[in-house]
Amino acid sequence: MGELTSNLIAIAFMAGLGLILAGILVLANKRLYVHEDPRIDDIEELLPAANCGACGSPGCRPFAEGLINGTFEPSRCTVNTEESVRIIADYLGVDAGETNKKVARLACAGGKHVALIRASYSGLNSCRGAALVSGGGKGCAWGCLGMGDCAVVCDFNAITIDKHGLPIVDEGKCTACGNCVDVCPKDLFKLHSIEHRLFVACKNLEKGDEPKTECELVCTACERCVVDSPEGLITLGNHLAVINYDKNSLASPIAVEHCPTGAIVWLDNRGGYRTGKACKPTIRKKPLPIG
Amino acid sequence: MTLLERFSTRKTFGHGIHPIAHKEATAELAIRRLPFAKQMIVPLAQHLGAPAKAIVSVGQEVVRGEPIAEPGGFVSVPMHSPVTGVVKSIDTLVATASGPKTPAMIIDTYTASDQKVLFECTADIRQLSPAELVRAVQASGMVGLGGAAFPSHVKLLPPEGVSIDTVIINGCECEPYLTCDHRIMLEYTDKLILGIQMVMEAVTAKRAIIGVEDNKPDAFAMIQSKLPKDGSISCELVETKYPQGAEKMLINSLLNKEVPSGGLPAEIGVAVYNVGTMAQLGDLLPQSRGLIERVVTVSGYGVNKPGNYLVPIGTPLRFVLEQVGLKDDFSKIIMGGPMMGMTTASLDVAITKGVSGIVVLEAPEAKSETPQVFPCIKCGACLSACPLYLNPSMLGQLAMVRDYQKMESAYHLNDCFECGCCSYVCPSNIPLTQYFRIAKAINRKIKVKQL
Repeated sequence: MGELTSNLIAIAFMAGLGLILAGILVLANKRLYVHEDPRIDDIEELLPAANCGACGSPGCRPFAEGLINGTFEPSRCTVNTEESVRIIADYLGVDAGETNKKVARLACAGGKHVALIRASYSGLNSCRGAALVSGGGKGCAWGCLGMGDCAVVCDFNAITIDKHGLPIVDEGKCTACGNCVDVCPKDLFKLHSIEHRLFVACKNLEKGDEPKTECELVCTACERCVVDSPEGLITLGNHLAVINYDKNSLASPIAVEHCPTGAIVWLDNRGGYRTGKACKPTIRKKPLPIG
Repeated sequence: MTLLERFSTRKTFGHGIHPIAHKEATAELAIRRLPFAKQMIVPLAQHLGAPAKAIVSVGQEVVRGEPIAEPGGFVSVPMHSPVTGVVKSIDTLVATASGPKTPAMIIDTYTASDQKVLFECTADIRQLSPAELVRAVQASGMVGLGGAAFPSHVKLLPPEGVSIDTVIINGCECEPYLTCDHRIMLEYTDKLILGIQMVMEAVTAKRAIIGVEDNKPDAFAMIQSKLPKDGSISCELVETKYPQGAEKMLINSLLNKEVPSGGLPAEIGVAVYNVGTMAQLGDLLPQSRGLIERVVTVSGYGVNKPGNYLVPIGTPLRFVLEQVGLKDDFSKIIMGGPMMGMTTASLDVAITKGVSGIVVLEAPEAKSETPQVFPCIKCGACLSACPLYLNPSMLGQLAMVRDYQKMESAYHLNDCFECGCCSYVCPSNIPLTQYFRIAKAINRKIKVKQL
């Protein structure tokens, strides 16, 4: 037995071992093969791959599976373009479903120029963190803290924080994925149909004029909007005007006309809003002093 | 536990920190009463559990000690009027130290009312059965006065299948600045012993151990001299270390037992109470009274007259600070101790059952914590500070990438009781405890959403 023979044995052994293992792999590939609908891959290609979770499934691939099972309608994906939705519907031979574009809206208009800050917060620059320290120091316990946790979690860059420390939602970019709704410690965001033009931008539940010392744009539940609007459209609940969006077709800008603070607004389709004539205009540009 | 600690005779737990105590300003000052404020604010949710339900109406006259709210469930306690006066409103939203506004009762104090409790009757507590004692404790509105404000009667009823054999009384007071428990042990020793005996009877425990930190030798000596002769209650010195007064740590120090992860002390046959709670029980139960006042340490360099005050529950913070005098350049007010207390943004909050101290810090004191946060340098200081032997460094890194689920599932986030040791020792000033509180809040929100 020379050196050559022992080398040959080693090579033959390794080659044999490789063949046996390859055989097992081939067998396993045949026997344990999981059949997967090839359409899943095709549909996943047509989805935006944002994995945002707006549809209610954990990501785009589970959504594609859901589409094939019939649990979801193609239009459930709010991120996708209308064209892609149509292509998916044609491909699967199903109805695209009703497209009702939704956007996230912030129920607070109390920027730094109108809302009092009682105590200054320093520390972790996050609304979630600030909210744990005595509510963040804002006079209004319900108000927006303006540190932009929502802007950070927004996957579509739809939220920017303006100079008064309020998040502004770009309706064009917003896909209603709901990330901002989940992250806001004060639960100020809510998904609204883009058709909802009448909007109460306040969540303060305090009674009467007392909260006015904390924010100039507070809803004082004076009932003027209730009187001005068609019966049943606006009601008062918990010292706050509540709009019944089931009767959204009755909504008109008349409801905001007599609001003394401007807490109820009429949103126009260009991203702006209008308040009523009775509303005191805010001319202050700088933040209120702390205290 | 280091080698040195193993050979030491002082009882203690592993890890922990030694913050500067700052107790000298108030430790020698006897407990004094505060006058009544003109208007009392009694929040209906001062305790953990369901809020109490008002049983008085607006305009009704109430006397000091009268029940004004009934418990809203089993894990809830009634409220008693701290003053003689008239109910002004019952559902006004008031600011709280934790942030959200809660409904509270506003009571206008009658100017001539005195400190005598008018609503009481003598009760023969020695005749009560354990079940009756539990009911009496709930009726007194008693909650854990150490700061957690957990209804005391719930702890007297251990879950089925377990029995409490040891009652541990927490007289550590490891928080800096606070001295209210120290003064209670010195001044209300008899009531404290009586309270412990009643609790032992209610849970049918054989022994009770009072743990006192060794920086309070006078309190230890006072308790030793008043212990009952039968030897059922003992008093032990433990090392002065933070967080010695935490439930799990004190059990570890005194009994060398560990509370299982996610479990309650009752599972290993132990119940832990604060000395303040025991002293109040010993005072209230024999007279069937309700909890209407508590001892609060008011301290810190921003206060002109620091001291230990007996404050009626519901007194506005603003009034307390007016009474003790405030320096102009204060910067921060903390309800509770500086380690675990709540910074309050408003002076209109009320002193509730869970407030053990008010610490007012002057600007330079508060500034010593530099706001700039540096990245984690993996030094491991937090690991050797965490009394629960968790990994705050890893938890912090997961929090920064918002992987809150993993923090809970893989790194025992829910065992953290937010003592703040990790943030205290971090050389990079990473607000670890705040990260963990955010993570817990988000995890809770997700769980609620899933339900």
